[in-house]
Amino acid sequence: MSDTAADPRLLRAPPKKGIRLSWADEKLRGIVWQVLVVGVVVSILWWLVSNTSHNLEVRRIATGWGFLSREAGLPIGEHVIDYNPTNTYARALLVGVLNTLKVAVIGILLATVFGTLIGIARLSKNWLLSRIAATYIEVIRDLPLLLQLLFWYAILQGLPAPRQSLNPVTGVFLSNRGLKLPWIQWQDAHSFALLGLVAGIVATIFYARAARAKQMADGQPRKVWPLALGLILGLPLLIWAGLGAPFAGDIPALRGFNFQGGLTITPEYFALLLGLVMYTAAFIAEIVRAGIQSVARGQWEAAEALGLQRGRIMRLIVLPQALRVIIPPMTSQYLNLTKNSSLAVAIGYQDIVSISNTTLNQTGQAIEGIAIIMAVYLSISLSISLFMNWYNARIALVER
Amino acid sequence: MAEIAAEASAPRPLQDAVIGPRRPPLLAVGPVAWAKTNLFSSWLSTAVTLALGYLIIRWAMGFIDWAFVNAIWSVPVTNGQAQTQACRALNGTGACWAVVTEKHRFMLFGTYPYEEHWRPALCVLLFIGLYIVSAMRRFWRKELALIWIGTLALIGLLMWGGVFGLSYVPQERWGGLVITLILSTFGIALAFPLSILVALGRRSRLPAIKTLCILYVELIRGVPLISLLFMASVMFPLFLPEGINIDKLLRAQVAIILFAAAYLAEVVRGGLQALPRGQYEAADALGLGFWQKTGFIILPQALRLVIPPLVNTFIGMFKDTSLVLIIGIFDLLTAGKTAIVEPAWQGFGIEIYVTIGLIYFIFCFAMSRYSQGLEAELNQHRVR
Amino acid sequence: MSATMEPAAHVSSAVRTDAPPAILLDKVNKWYGALHVLRDINLSVAQGERVVVCGPSGSGKSTMIRCINRLEQHQEGRIIVDNIELSDDLRSLDAIRREVGMVFQSFNLFPHLTILENCTLAPIWVRRMPKKEAEALAMDYLTRVKIPEQANKYPGQLSGGQQQRVAIARALCMKPKIMLFDEPTSALDPEMIKEVLDTMVMLADTGMTMICVTHEMGFARQVADRVVFMDRGEIVESGVPEQLFNDPKTERLKTFLSQILRGH
Ligand SMILES: Nc1ncnc2c1ncn2[C@@H]1O[C@H](COP(=O)(O)OP(=O)(O)OP(=O)(O)O)[C@@H](O)[C@H]1O
Ligand SMILES: [Mg+2]
Repeated sequence: MSDTAADPRLLRAPPKKGIRLSWADEKLRGIVWQVLVVGVVVSILWWLVSNTSHNLEVRRIATGWGFLSREAGLPIGEHVIDYNPTNTYARALLVGVLNTLKVAVIGILLATVFGTLIGIARLSKNWLLSRIAATYIEVIRDLPLLLQLLFWYAILQGLPAPRQSLNPVTGVFLSNRGLKLPWIQWQDAHSFALLGLVAGIVATIFYARAARAKQMADGQPRKVWPLALGLILGLPLLIWAGLGAPFAGDIPALRGFNFQGGLTITPEYFALLLGLVMYTAAFIAEIVRAGIQSVARGQWEAAEALGLQRGRIMRLIVLPQALRVIIPPMTSQYLNLTKNSSLAVAIGYQDIVSISNTTLNQTGQAIEGIAIIMAVYLSISLSISLFMNWYNARIALVER
Repeated sequence: MAEIAAEASAPRPLQDAVIGPRRPPLLAVGPVAWAKTNLFSSWLSTAVTLALGYLIIRWAMGFIDWAFVNAIWSVPVTNGQAQTQACRALNGTGACWAVVTEKHRFMLFGTYPYEEHWRPALCVLLFIGLYIVSAMRRFWRKELALIWIGTLALIGLLMWGGVFGLSYVPQERWGGLVITLILSTFGIALAFPLSILVALGRRSRLPAIKTLCILYVELIRGVPLISLLFMASVMFPLFLPEGINIDKLLRAQVAIILFAAAYLAEVVRGGLQALPRGQYEAADALGLGFWQKTGFIILPQALRLVIPPLVNTFIGMFKDTSLVLIIGIFDLLTAGKTAIVEPAWQGFGIEIYVTIGLIYFIFCFAMSRYSQGLEAELNQHRVR
Repeated sequence: MSATMEPAAHVSSAVRTDAPPAILLDKVNKWYGALHVLRDINLSVAQGERVVVCGPSGSGKSTMIRCINRLEQHQEGRIIVDNIELSDDLRSLDAIRREVGMVFQSFNLFPHLTILENCTLAPIWVRRMPKKEAEALAMDYLTRVKIPEQANKYPGQLSGGQQQRVAIARALCMKPKIMLFDEPTSALDPEMIKEVLDTMVMLADTGMTMICVTHEMGFARQVADRVVFMDRGEIVESGVPEQLFNDPKTERLKTFLSQILRGH
């Protein structure tokens, strides 16, 4: 359009608003308020900082991050990476972060599955099932998480000693030393098989996409699951067999007063995971229920009237709409679970809080210790938020 | 069209009598029909019902055996030492409620002087009364703030003493249920005004104030309460000028207030956002200043909107105060955990935790039921 | 309301009485708990016949037509649709739902799909049609209901009348032999009613078998081969529109008609 310049509405620029030096001027008043508030906040902070530095000097407390490279001398029971007390504080803290992630990631997965099941049970037409789910949700939500953790931990500690341990299935032992499971002696072939599994999953995703594209081209739906099964199960098995099918069981056995071998789930980890999963699942169940109920009954009916099958209605119509409602509150539950994992310190699972706390007590460097805790949680929170926002935007894009 | 049709069916025509009512087939009504549709509607549903029914009955019988039939309610005490052999002999087949019988005063009131226990007990009653009064719509007025201030002052007076012939009890000796109630109630009461300011600040058009408020809320909500409590217990003393020392309970209380305020601020902000724009414009049109507008028009309405989520936040805070256990403050849970440190009572944690759980449950259940009812009621008003 | 009220101007007479009926309801009974909502309903709809169902609120009109594609289950009697008897057999159910299209009072479009995707969903997943073909078909029907330019919008961006026309197009994309309408215009503003009714008249022109619950008397006079009046769960009276409207036999229909007319 060449005649925009002729539009009379564009001819005159709006007047610039200046600041009048008067209390009646809104802009000036805004600036004064801001300067005032920021000034107060800054001076409080300055006062705290100066007090703190004075106190640190008087008490001869070291500052700075030098302690990180010193020997920790701090025993850690559970570690994902190699660790012994002669390692540095930095490595001890890293072990703590990994322990936090270990409980948070697995907890989030389990809580999602378990919570979804309970949410669906809550919607069941079977009155008894629905009532039980409702009671579970109500009771769990009305008890402090810390109390639940202590309760589970007390129960696990009340279990018999290893010699009298419960042995529900061969190779599985439940005692006050935790849960013992049979495992295999890990070898390279197993790692390759694991890689094969990942490759199989990726290949399945591509195959499913290709199958969908072909269906869109000629209308014929294709069964994805036979090949998917082959890729996901067959491929790793093939790799494993090709490498000579090495297998050596690592079955826990009682030697003296304790077990040897096998996979150990410590009572601390077990209690923490159990408590976190059961607690968070109750909240997730309510979110799932509300999400599914938010899809109007008419949507089901319209899809049924078109002749779509139940599974497809769920996948194509109900879930995409329910997810939109579910994801934002689900994100905050994931964040809550991660933050709640800090209660580990109360039952002696060595997560980042527990290890920072010990570090802080050993070195006396309280500020650094707490800064580490906060930095770790802030970055975990931020990552989860970013990921979930990205995912939410993605499914929102599909919708709109 | 609805009223037309309603009128149309009003006059009762004669044909009805000729056909007469017919009963539905297969007992479509009554308890049998109810069971058929809700418990045994298909073979799968029947299987689920039977399996769950079996499990529940088994579990309930096991629980009754443990909690009542085989339970021991008290044990003899010789030389101030509880004789718990009988309990140990149960070997977990029955509950040892004796530990609760023995320690209930300790759990409820901690190390508060024994003969003064009536004071914290009275405080617990005052707290409950305060909750009940606040729950009644009739009292949702500005005067409610005065009732809160009065009651909380009275509670402080009773707990500390030192006047009116009440002996002085230092804070270190307070403990038990009353600490839980103090931390959560004072926490919410003091966090509330702060949260309103922060919520208003977050919606402010002034960038510096807005940024400060966002930073505060997001930082606090991004870290666990424990880290704030640690901060209160180990870092706080460093913050203050030399020589000034603040009691640990008070420091934890400050941490809880700061924590609660961030969460409450988000709730309040929700209410401010939910208020239709017209309300703001109407207030502007009346020529009210910012504080008048906020105080007389906006806040009263916005806060009313968010009462159910406020109650939910309160429930959350009530549960979260239990975290002070980690920094060694003597609340209900800590008292319970301490009670079983004594060698005689070691290993009876489950009984203690079940009892404490029951106390928490009663408070939280009552509040959550109240909030659900309120929500339904408020929604109804909005629909109409 | 806005529909034309001129006397009978039947579009066509595609009714085929020689062929077996498209829909047959034989002594159908249904209860909600103790409430007997359908009482001995007998109704036979020939192929190509257009039936309008009217009656006061709560008389069971919706329930009856929802029984025809088994959104509700009847408890006694038989329902035969397109020579297939409705039973618990899921295959017969799928077959029937493919042949029967339905349009709801509240549109029930899928809000997360575009207009085009709403229309192609069932042809792709139920009729196993290639996507291109399904889209061409959908565009064809969207053109017939006069909204091809909205194909890539979402339902929330359309007016009520447009949404209802999409819903009609969506049902037609399955190439059904029978169409059911449950008060398709009663959730619409008067100015939108006409556009939807026009679409339905156009559909009637094609010789589609239709059962339509509506109180639009003008529409009934214009296209219906037969009007069925229901009250309290039973069919009280039925006949060609003029006879039924001009010369009601029962007291109930008289009252109903006087109230409908008063309403206009
Ligand atoms: N799911 C249900 N459960 C119990 N009763 C129901 C249910 N659906 C409908 N009814 C009852 O069955 C009766 C018939 O309902 P129906 O919806 O068929 O009436 P209608 O003739 O379509 O009325 P309207 O003109 O208002 O749509 C009504 O009395 C209604 O209250
Ligand atoms: Mg109806």
